[in-house]
Amino acid sequence: MGIEVNNLNAWYGDLHAIKDINLNIPKNQVTALIGPSGCGKSTFLRCLNRMHEVIEGARVKGEILVDGEDIYGSNVDPVTIRYRIGMVFQKPNPFPTMSIFDNVAAGLKLNGMRNKKKIREIVEQSLEAAGLWDEVSDRLDKNAMGLSGGQQQRLCIARTLAVNPEIVLMDEPTSALDPISTHKIEELVHRLKENYTIVIVTHNMQQAARVSDNTAFFLNGEVIEYNTTKHIFSNPSDQRTEDYITGRFG
Amino acid sequence: MTSQSLSARKVKNVTMIGLTVIGTILALIPLFSIFAYVIARGMPAINIDFFTELPKPLGEEGGGMVNAIVGTLIVVGISGLIGIPVGIMSGIFLSEYGRNRFGRFISFLTDVLLGVPSIVVGIFVYVLLVLAMGGFSAYAGGIALSILMIPAVTRTTEEMLKLIPSHIREAGLALGLPKWRVILFIVLPSATRGIVTGVMLAIARVMGETAPLLFTAFGNRYWHSSLSDPIATLPVQIFTYAISPYKEWQAQAWAGALTLIVIVLIFNILARVITYRKNH
Ligand SMILES: Nc1ncnc2c1ncn2[C@@H]1O[C@H](COP(=O)(O)OP(=O)(O)O)[C@@H](O)[C@H]1O
Ligand SMILES: [Mg+2]
Repeated sequence: MGIEVNNLNAWYGDLHAIKDINLNIPKNQVTALIGPSGCGKSTFLRCLNRMHEVIEGARVKGEILVDGEDIYGSNVDPVTIRYRIGMVFQKPNPFPTMSIFDNVAAGLKLNGMRNKKKIREIVEQSLEAAGLWDEVSDRLDKNAMGLSGGQQQRLCIARTLAVNPEIVLMDEPTSALDPISTHKIEELVHRLKENYTIVIVTHNMQQAARVSDNTAFFLNGEVIEYNTTKHIFSNPSDQRTEDYITGRFG
Repeated sequence: MTSQSLSARKVKNVTMIGLTVIGTILALIPLFSIFAYVIARGMPAINIDFFTELPKPLGEEGGGMVNAIVGTLIVVGISGLIGIPVGIMSGIFLSEYGRNRFGRFISFLTDVLLGVPSIVVGIFVYVLLVLAMGGFSAYAGGIALSILMIPAVTRTTEEMLKLIPSHIREAGLALGLPKWRVILFIVLPSATRGIVTGVMLAIARVMGETAPLLFTAFGNRYWHSSLSDPIATLPVQIFTYAISPYKEWQAQAWAGALTLIVIVLIFNILARVITYRKNH
């Protein structure tokens, strides 16, 4: 059932950043958003879990159906949407005052979960799922800022998984990381799609080709082309898509 | 690069370092001379009695300021009980919810309040509270000091919260946490260190205030029997004794000043220890 985007528009004040986008994102697949910097990939992604409106002066119009229900419906609480649709940011952003354990547990504890045993279980599972457990199991009570950038990013993924979202949005999750950490996260994305629907923004064409099932090419706030990744990379129908993926611009 | 310009740079470098060192020393001279002078004048009158006895009537030897020391802690305690929560809450409001007309109004008010002379606050509380309640009291003193404390705590809290990068807030929101929980349990703890330091500075500042207490807490030669009574405080006691013509009272005023400085110092050190522990 996935995500169905209908006539989506988004603004920053007067700046029309997302223009009339229609897109169907299938369940349990990885969908990549590519395009030159400033074309609206992050903005679009943030519309998908109602994070766009957090920014002052930002506005959204249109419809996004998740399992048939409009997340912009008038009686929908954005907080519950964000609980169901998790997000990993470009720069790793662990909570600086918390331990590794508390970072992963934050979404549970601060939403009122009290059962210590259950929390422990979920934290361990999430760290396992994020491929970080072996590296941190002996120092869960240490501050999260002591981890490397790649570990911090996987910690942020674990933190997102801990609240058990249906959809995981990732905004250039590897752009600040070294090749080895990047590789680990790509493998992780591949494994995660079994249980989650994943939308990933990337400016790295090889990454899109490696990890995604579908690719949307963005330009100036519009979707120029959307198809299976295989199709987009082997036989793009739009000249601009071809120019971009062959590196002629962007 | 010629050797001449290199040596010219070295000269400039040494000159700059020299100037900053001189500046630092100039700034420290008054601090240390005040400290040395207060110790020198205050120590002779410091003894056990000073910390355990009430003031003696005029003409009698000895006596102490125990009521004023305790009184200062009580009045500052009352002001903290009011000023710290109110200040922190308005700081949170200004930083997290204040981007609107009401926020700008509160911000303006805070600036005004920061600039109000403390004696004006004293008169204000005197007219509004002391006259209405029918007398000087520890409460009135604490409220006067809290009015001085609130804008300072508000500003520090606001500034410390604004230093926390927005991606920390976004990380919390993206977990599906309500905004108030993100602020209370994620943003605020990240700013504890700065806020605690700011609060301690605000406490230290009001601890030495004299003028507003003359109109509100007034002073008392004996123990206060309740918080609705006039209460002795160190600054007022120092003031009274220092302007008196009696040698012994003047000596006790210096001892009081030394005590006040040490209490403020203890507060500052405590703040450092607390925040240091939290961060390591
Ligand atoms: N917080 C913001 N305030 C104002 N304009 C913004 C903000 N974030 C992004 N924009 C603008 O919106 C457009 C799309 O940006 P973005 O979605 O970040 O692009 P991308 O992620 O594809 O690089 C750009 O023109 C950018 O300058
Ligand atoms: Mg972006």
